[in-house]
Amino acid sequence: MSQIDYADVQGLVRFGYGQMTSASYVLVRVKNADAAKAWIRSAPVTTAVAQKPPPKTALNIAVTAPGLKALGVPESIIAGFSHEFRGGMGQESRARQLGDVGKNAPSNWTWGNYGSEPHALVMFFAEEGQLDSSIQKARDQNWSEAFDEITSLGTSNLDGDEPFGFADGISQPQIDWEQQLERPCTQLGYANVVALGEFLLGYPNEYGKITDRPLLEPDAATTGLLNAEDAPAKKDLARNGSYLVMRQLEQDIRGFWKFLYEQAGGNIADANQLGAKMVGRTRAGDPLVPIQAEPIPGTDPRTVTQNQFTYESDPVGARCPFGAHVRRTNPRNSDFPGRRLSALRKLIIMLGFGPKGFYDDVTSSVRFHRILRRGREYGSELLPEEALQLAPPNESPRGLHFICLTANILRQFEFLQNAWIANTKFSGVTGESDPLLGNRESLPGCPVTGNFTIPGDGTLRRRVSGLPQFVTVRGGAYFFLPSLRALRYFASA
Amino acid sequence: MTPQSTFMVLAPIILERETELRQLLDSMNRGPGQVDPNNSLLPFAEFETLHFARFVILDDKTTEDIRVYGLTPRTYPLYLAFLGDVDGDANAFLGKLIKRAGKGLGKIFSCCQGFAPDTDLFDWMKQHDAPAIAVYVNWRGRTVRQIREEAALYDALENYVDRNHGTLHGLRPRELHEKLRTLVKAEQSAGRLTLSKEGPTPIGWQIKNLLHMIGFPMLGLLLSPLLLVAAPFYIFALRRLEKSDPAVCPTADQKHSENLSSFEDHDVTNQFSAMGSLKPGLVRLLTTSVVLKTVNYGARHITRPGRLGRIRSIHFARWVFVAGRERMIFCSNYDGSVESYMDDFINKTGFGLNASFSNGIGYPRTNWLVRDGCIDERKYKEYLRRHTLPSQVWYKAYPGLSAVDLERNTRIRQGLGMSSITDEQARDWVALL
Repeated sequence: MSQIDYADVQGLVRFGYGQMTSASYVLVRVKNADAAKAWIRSAPVTTAVAQKPPPKTALNIAVTAPGLKALGVPESIIAGFSHEFRGGMGQESRARQLGDVGKNAPSNWTWGNYGSEPHALVMFFAEEGQLDSSIQKARDQNWSEAFDEITSLGTSNLDGDEPFGFADGISQPQIDWEQQLERPCTQLGYANVVALGEFLLGYPNEYGKITDRPLLEPDAATTGLLNAEDAPAKKDLARNGSYLVMRQLEQDIRGFWKFLYEQAGGNIADANQLGAKMVGRTRAGDPLVPIQAEPIPGTDPRTVTQNQFTYESDPVGARCPFGAHVRRTNPRNSDFPGRRLSALRKLIIMLGFGPKGFYDDVTSSVRFHRILRRGREYGSELLPEEALQLAPPNESPRGLHFICLTANILRQFEFLQNAWIANTKFSGVTGESDPLLGNRESLPGCPVTGNFTIPGDGTLRRRVSGLPQFVTVRGGAYFFLPSLRALRYFASA
Repeated sequence: MTPQSTFMVLAPIILERETELRQLLDSMNRGPGQVDPNNSLLPFAEFETLHFARFVILDDKTTEDIRVYGLTPRTYPLYLAFLGDVDGDANAFLGKLIKRAGKGLGKIFSCCQGFAPDTDLFDWMKQHDAPAIAVYVNWRGRTVRQIREEAALYDALENYVDRNHGTLHGLRPRELHEKLRTLVKAEQSAGRLTLSKEGPTPIGWQIKNLLHMIGFPMLGLLLSPLLLVAAPFYIFALRRLEKSDPAVCPTADQKHSENLSSFEDHDVTNQFSAMGSLKPGLVRLLTTSVVLKTVNYGARHITRPGRLGRIRSIHFARWVFVAGRERMIFCSNYDGSVESYMDDFINKTGFGLNASFSNGIGYPRTNWLVRDGCIDERKYKEYLRRHTLPSQVWYKAYPGLSAVDLERNTRIRQGLGMSSITDEQARDWVALL
């Protein structure tokens, strides 16, 4: 096991660049491969090396499968990347799995639709007031020869809230950078430390295996690449790289609060409370279940009061509904129902004679489905109170440029989006998808998908129905965030 | 109780007519993976005892894999499989099927070898019967009729509860249970809800089931001295094979994978058909047979309704030898996307998966039959995807309902049947609504 070379990893994997409050995502298509390579070679790509003082600006680059092709990367090498990366987010079957149908359909996207995908994503981050100059500097002679800009996506700083007005980004997996954790076959308690190989390619993942990726024969062109850990005779193009998923999610802030307000009969406190049930946290970010005394491995000491919890204390969802956004996206469970199990008890459960309750053991183990979120908001801040007022004409849209990093798009991002967010059958509930992200489209045999159930504690559940679509997908693509070495390889003339 | 049974017709296709057959099968769909349940060739929806059915062309692209053993692949005929899961006796079902859709079936089967216009359909289908070596039924005894009645019950209850939330909200669980019990009784008497009584269990089936239940372990017991003597040799042979058997898990072809996806995720339930060749040699054949007979026994007599091990998302599944003992097909109907299905298998029933599939050529390396193997998750998924076949036609009798939905509805109905209920039972019952 080798020490990680942070200088080879793009900074975004390790840092969210929180102090750089300005950011812009520029999506480009390559029009001249040579100029594009020259630009990449000269680009000041920020690495994951911790710097003191931290840099004032940062730049990271990610490339799509069509982008690799446009840069002249041979098809045989691209074929080593995953199916979903090669196929792209906008493919019809994939769109159906991700819930990108109806208003979310790729044909309605403003960018990323099948056939006109971006080739590369150039991410600029800067401390306040420095963004424009750093972008200007990057847009040099080579840039204008190299790229057609599809769009430049601006971001805004909402001080840690997402546009609906809830504190965001509280829970992130802690990456096991030092690879010190033993990966048990079965993990009996929820932990927040996740194997390095779940986020960086070329390292063992939660199964203790290294995810498939392009392995190249050593030759003059590949000398700059590292050797593969699991195949030392081969060059590992993807080592220290990651997949980057990007989705532009437009949020209807006014629609959201208007709906909550109406459901609450015009009582703002009740509206807030219903909003908290749908999100699974209060607006301040506090969980709806009590914090436990027992520490959870990998919990950032600064966020203990908001993160040291699981849903074990809430098996029927009476405090935090099963369908709540944060419970869907991170059920905080382990590989087995129950903890501190004897071998015999484990066997009994494995054979299907464990807990008998309807809601017991119905959700997949979360540790194989974690993502590292790196997105940013866009649009101006709109407080709930303001959201209830009439919108001015031609109001600019608001939302989230969702970005996440994974080593396995299918098992991590797509699973999360398909099986937990879009799924109308999550954890035994039916007729509802994610209260925030759901598309409310009907399915064969399921005419209604716009419910939200708040289980009672020994009383009848409350069911909110007719949820409108609050979030609309406006664009999206799968990128590869290469290591510095791989970037140099792609950009070599 | 009305037990479920399965049928599978397996017949070689006349190669010149493959295109015609594919067009015929496509004509039963509205689009890939979306059958027209009332299509004119085989109006599935008219058969009230049919749970699932499918037509699959067994176009196995992996027969070349046997070359890793230095063997020359055989040329197999291209087979058409028609299979389904029904309530009650399969033969009786086939009789009804022929009566109503004989013409359409004849049209389809005329693309197969040995089928002439004057062929007796029933005899021909029985001649081409491919019995399963192992079958899993999510909830033995639960008929299509029961599923539909319970779904209607659930809808009616939800409707009522939503409309009267204000008055019902304050009730204690037992009071609520009693109130809804009364309501349902009234709805039943008014003829707005039907909850049919369970049918009688056929005596013949009961006897056969009992014999099977006792017979299999008896056989094991009788053979145990022999098995004990043979065990070390078997383990030695198996371990040697496990160390030397090559894994063949190349990345599945992108086009193949995308084609499969176009058939998937149109309903909350999906079909799965995977085919492959067994590793050569007696040890593997024996292992497969014993493991699958055991799976079959466990699924039939031991598993708790609604669960296969920890898995709750499989409606029906079966393993079948394809014409001989060299190749197998596994067919299932499961909820959710294929990725979550495979994850469920790996994480919850990896041991069973390894034991039953590791005898297939190219399966990721196992140890002691049940260890490792599918834990090499990427390899395993590519292996399975590569062996997966698209189901040209796939029918499900209750779109939009997952196996967990069915379990909830059954539990609700069972709870309604209880005239006296404890506080705890009532709480659990109310939580189902």
